[in-house]
Amino acid sequence: MSESTLPSEREAHGGELAENPFADPGLPPHEPRRQDIDEKAAKSSERTVALLFTVSMLATIAFIASYVIFPVGKVVFIWPIGHISALNFALGMTLGVALFAIGAGAVHWARTLMSDVETAAERHPIEADPETKAQVLADFAQGAQESQLGRRKLIRNTMFGALALVPLSGVMLLRDLGPLPEDKLRHTLWSKGMLIINQNTNQPLRPEDVAVGSLTFAVPDGLEETQSDYQEQIAKAALMIVRLAPEDIKDKRERDWAHQGIVAFSKICTHVGCPISLYEQQTHHVLCPCHQSTFDLSDGARVIFGPAGHALPQLRISVNNQGYLEALGDFEEPVGPSFWERG
Amino acid sequence: MSTPTDTTKPRGKAPAGERVADWADGRLGLYGLAKANMRKIFPDHWSFMLGEVSLYSFIIVILTGVYLTLFFHPSMSEVTYNGTYAPLQGIQMSEAYASTLHISFDVRGGLLMRQVHHWAAIVFVAAMLVHMMRVFFTGAFRKPRELNYLFGFLLLFLGMFDGFMGYSLPDDLLSGTGIRFMEGAVLSVPIVGTYLSFFLFGGEFPGHDVIPRFYTIHVLLIPGIMAGLLVAHLILVFYHKHTQFPGPGRKNTNVVGMPLLPVYMAKAGGFFFLVFGVIAAISALVSVNPIWSYGPYRPDQVSTDAQPDWYMGYSEGLIRIMPGWEINLWGHTLQLGVFIPLVVFPLVLGFIGLYPFFESWVTGDKREHHLLDRPRNRPVRTGIGAAWISLYLILLVAGGNDIFATRFHLSINVITWVSRIGFFVLPVVVFLATKRIALGLQRRDRDKILHGRETGIIKRLPHGEFIEIHEPLPQSALYTLTSHEQPKPLEIGPEVDENGVERKVGRIAKLRARLSQAMYGRDTQIPKPTPEEYKEIMSGHGHH
Repeated sequence: MSESTLPSEREAHGGELAENPFADPGLPPHEPRRQDIDEKAAKSSERTVALLFTVSMLATIAFIASYVIFPVGKVVFIWPIGHISALNFALGMTLGVALFAIGAGAVHWARTLMSDVETAAERHPIEADPETKAQVLADFAQGAQESQLGRRKLIRNTMFGALALVPLSGVMLLRDLGPLPEDKLRHTLWSKGMLIINQNTNQPLRPEDVAVGSLTFAVPDGLEETQSDYQEQIAKAALMIVRLAPEDIKDKRERDWAHQGIVAFSKICTHVGCPISLYEQQTHHVLCPCHQSTFDLSDGARVIFGPAGHALPQLRISVNNQGYLEALGDFEEPVGPSFWERG
Repeated sequence: MSTPTDTTKPRGKAPAGERVADWADGRLGLYGLAKANMRKIFPDHWSFMLGEVSLYSFIIVILTGVYLTLFFHPSMSEVTYNGTYAPLQGIQMSEAYASTLHISFDVRGGLLMRQVHHWAAIVFVAAMLVHMMRVFFTGAFRKPRELNYLFGFLLLFLGMFDGFMGYSLPDDLLSGTGIRFMEGAVLSVPIVGTYLSFFLFGGEFPGHDVIPRFYTIHVLLIPGIMAGLLVAHLILVFYHKHTQFPGPGRKNTNVVGMPLLPVYMAKAGGFFFLVFGVIAAISALVSVNPIWSYGPYRPDQVSTDAQPDWYMGYSEGLIRIMPGWEINLWGHTLQLGVFIPLVVFPLVLGFIGLYPFFESWVTGDKREHHLLDRPRNRPVRTGIGAAWISLYLILLVAGGNDIFATRFHLSINVITWVSRIGFFVLPVVVFLATKRIALGLQRRDRDKILHGRETGIIKRLPHGEFIEIHEPLPQSALYTLTSHEQPKPLEIGPEVDENGVERKVGRIAKLRARLSQAMYGRDTQIPKPTPEEYKEIMSGHGHH
């Protein structure tokens, strides 16, 4: 039943068009705007457009004036935005007005004064007509035949071979983008006997510095901010130090690797490597602020929520004979996000 | 204007503009081009400006980006800051970060240009996404425009990535965390991930290479590809001529509207200034990416509420709702918790990018389409589009689960679990609901055609009955509401012909027929009224 109103069907019926209440009545007649018939209204539109363009000119002058007048550091209070840079505000607003007024003027001009008579233009099919297509195919066949590519297989095959191989040079050249991974992801700066430095005070930590319920960030001794590989080293070696009541530690290995309830875990999340920084002292949970992976520091730092795949690596610590906390070696497993060779 | 006698006139008599045009015509064939295009007809509809917003914001991004390159130093060498921003004085930071501070606090107008650049990038990606949705829901992607849709889709995809690279360049604490996330994602790739990461960063994360490398990709490689795609996109818009909504006088074989010169030059040209003006004003009023308050990047530091730019929020959602699955076998680790989101991310986007080819395969429709569909008349496609948007939005919510948790005092675990379930359930629900609504709107159209418009005028008949007067629709409205096609689904036909010979029907052909049934078969369209039905009811009205 529905096909009877398809465009093709309707055209085929021809004579019934007048009968068909759903037939295309054609483009509606043009309705003149006030500006088309009333020269006064048109004049008024003209003045509006000219006013907008004038506003733009004034705004550009104001832009230049602001650039000269306002010192770059000046901060002003503008209600309701608050304290903002005077220069940024003045330049942005004047530029905005200068641009917007040009646009508003042009659009107003187009809408009120330029002809708004709608006209129809024919479309032409995108596809070529059969003669053109036949001509192109014949041309191609002739060109292909003249090249003898199809006939001389030896040329064809060696050419494909050469073209396939030559990009390998480009791939080769990418080799020196970086060194091979080797076992770099498996090692950090920590080693046996290395002192644990409180990141805030820059002093070696002693057990009595770590109170129950506090979270201390620590770095290896001797790592200086000014050294060239500081960022790469801290990206692996950053440490969280927490003191728990020894009886609260549920995991046996964790207790063995702790010193009087002081545990040291990698600060780098095992999900995608964000530094973990939120500690909930009642539950001993730490939360990564990036993707909310949550680890239980009282139970081997296992994952209790979120997208991380495995527990945070723990660093074995002890106290040296001067009473300072020290590492008993490097992490036993790679820190940070997993990778294929991690195993 | 130009009569044959003009050419015999002595040189210099023609107006200056014409002489310049003559000069250019002799070298570029200007008159031929102008003949085809100067008075080209463009149809009008408010939704057609979405593509224009994308184009103009791209131009604004390029203009301001070139300015920023004059002052920005894409270097990761560590320096000690001693510029005018007091809170960071004496702090170690990369040159990239220090030069961004310099642009923000010492270059007059530098902060404004940074803000315009960033805001325009945000608007750019948003406008492209909404533009793509307009094209999707109106079926403007159908033949001959599938390739142009694909070009547009690639622009969106590249735009997102270039945005990500761009906000990574200042090397601040927030964006550095984003790069760290990228390192984790690259590391999760099986077999080659570790190597890819070392080649990308020139060694261990973060190294000293990633910012300069991103800089080249951000300002040269991706914008170069995008400029090429953009030109191709625009050439095809001109070549295909713009689509139009159905209406009186608007046919598949014509294009109705106003000419490029002067109306569209003024409107579209003016609109560029409107977009630029609004973005400049926003940049004057609303701070975006205040890198000075984040501080320089340090791999061991992070701020809470870490959020990427909005267009990356959807990938953020994928990574946040994924359970932390990790497989350790034969000495190798497969971190599915990161790798699966990394694979799903392009698949979700790719689905919408390749949909035109899927639909044309299912429908078997080989004709050109220049008249747009009203979304209600294609309930299944509209449902698919709405379902895709719902998937996108739930991932956007999941990507901000911490923000939602703190602002609305909800449990983050609950939000995450709702998002996990919603990822699978919500698109289905939205698909079904959208399809029902579309069918309902089709019924409403049918009612309006057959029974006219409710006028709101109540009439009392002599015998006391109250009726509302329905006004028949004008012919133009009747035409507009009935001119669409109601396609029939593909039929496989009988598998045994009249002579009892079995015909082989491939599994793919069967699948295609089933999909076609789902798209155009039962419960996908309300039959349009026929002229006969209409006439019968209208004549019945006379006897009432």
